Amino acid sequence: MKKIEFPLENDKQISRLKAGDEVEIYGTIYVARDAAHKKMIEAVLKKSPLPFPVRGGLIYYMGPTPAPPGKVLGSCGPTTSSRMDKNTIPLLKAGLKATMGKGDRSKDIEDACRKYGAIYLLTYGGCGAYLNRFVKKAECFAYCELGPEALYRLEVDGFPAIVGIDSNGKNLYNK
Amino acid sequence: MRKISYKRIIEEVSKMVVDTAYYLPKGVQRYIRKSYRIETGLSKKYLGIILENLKVSEKEKLPICQDTGLSVFFVEQGCDVIIDTGKYKNLEEIINEGLKRGSKKGFLRNSVVSPLERKNTGTNTPGVVHILSGKKGMFKISLLTKGFGAENTSRLAMLNPSAGKVGIEEFILKTIKEAGSLPCPPVFVGVGIGGTFEKAAILSKMALCKIGEKSVNRNWEKLILKKINSQLKIGPGGFGGRTTALDVRIETFPTHIAGLPVAVNISCWAHRFGTITL
Repeated sequence: MKKIEFPLENDKQISRLKAGDEVEIYGTIYVARDAAHKKMIEAVLKKSPLPFPVRGGLIYYMGPTPAPPGKVLGSCGPTTSSRMDKNTIPLLKAGLKATMGKGDRSKDIEDACRKYGAIYLLTYGGCGAYLNRFVKKAECFAYCELGPEALYRLEVDGFPAIVGIDSNGKNLYNK
Repeated sequence: MRKISYKRIIEEVSKMVVDTAYYLPKGVQRYIRKSYRIETGLSKKYLGIILENLKVSEKEKLPICQDTGLSVFFVEQGCDVIIDTGKYKNLEEIINEGLKRGSKKGFLRNSVVSPLERKNTGTNTPGVVHILSGKKGMFKISLLTKGFGAENTSRLAMLNPSAGKVGIEEFILKTIKEAGSLPCPPVFVGVGIGGTFEKAAILSKMALCKIGEKSVNRNWEKLILKKINSQLKIGPGGFGGRTTALDVRIETFPTHIAGLPVAVNISCWAHRFGTITL
């Protein structure tokens, strides 16, 4: 089991990872899905600043259920990543180093991972209750009007994932 | 003549909405455990986490999956059953009130938006309500909580009548192959054959509500299941393996001499459904 802390201090932490490796994620990660991506890409195109530092960061494709009493967040498993394919590459270009979700992605994402030295992580689809235990803090910090599609900042402790596409563009699903 | 109060329907629907999000039907759990026993490697690991997730969900009262779905209701109402609607316009409004209350009480996600502006309705409503005529004295509501990872991979084809059973099987296999890792496999497959364009789609969804029940098409369903699992090898999570689909269920309806509509509705392994009879 390899450990990675986000935001990355240096790219070596991910360049050594291979498709199929199991990893544990620590540190601060960001949550965004369909509607938030649309807004972020509009910001990138307008050359406006993004609401969070993407450089060295990880975006988790997820829309949580509301936090019940005594929890920082509700159920928080991954959504289907391929819907974000089109809006991912400008963010990788801006320095984003990792994305996380579920399911296979397009060839364009494999190429972009190789080009920008980024990785795509898979986590366990439909297991949002289980994954809740690895989230220590959660805060909506931008686009909050989007409700479950808003941007969240999470503090995670050993969040489990598998390398789906490594920084050489090798895809676990193409074995 | 039997009268049912809106209050009772709201209360029971609300409870069913919460329970369906937290507890996977025992029958569905059995399919998953069986798959866990025969898989290996990463696929087995994923199934192990799925089983652990079900325990956490029940114990800690967290929805099984954060996609608490678009709620689809099938109502079977006998013609001698009347509803006391109170201040509500109709049965559909009453069911949606139950959905709204249950979603709030159970901390479910508000996943419903207007289709073009994408504005969230903020209440997890409306659900999709199908009202069907049931047997005398009957009032039954079935709920299918449909996550959209799987719903997005579902397909409908207006096949040529000459395509026959072979063409139908090809279309089912093609749909599941193209869905690949996206719908959270291992999946359940609901197939609607016949009727019209919309009838086939509704049949496929009704088929999903009947997973595990007796079927007149059982032999064919088993054959298709075997073909899916022996040919596609998508496996749990798309990590490869022997269980791409957990079961197949077919519903049919007479159709036009010129057509053969076929709908394939895919459900993720977290096949959440419930029934109440009042």
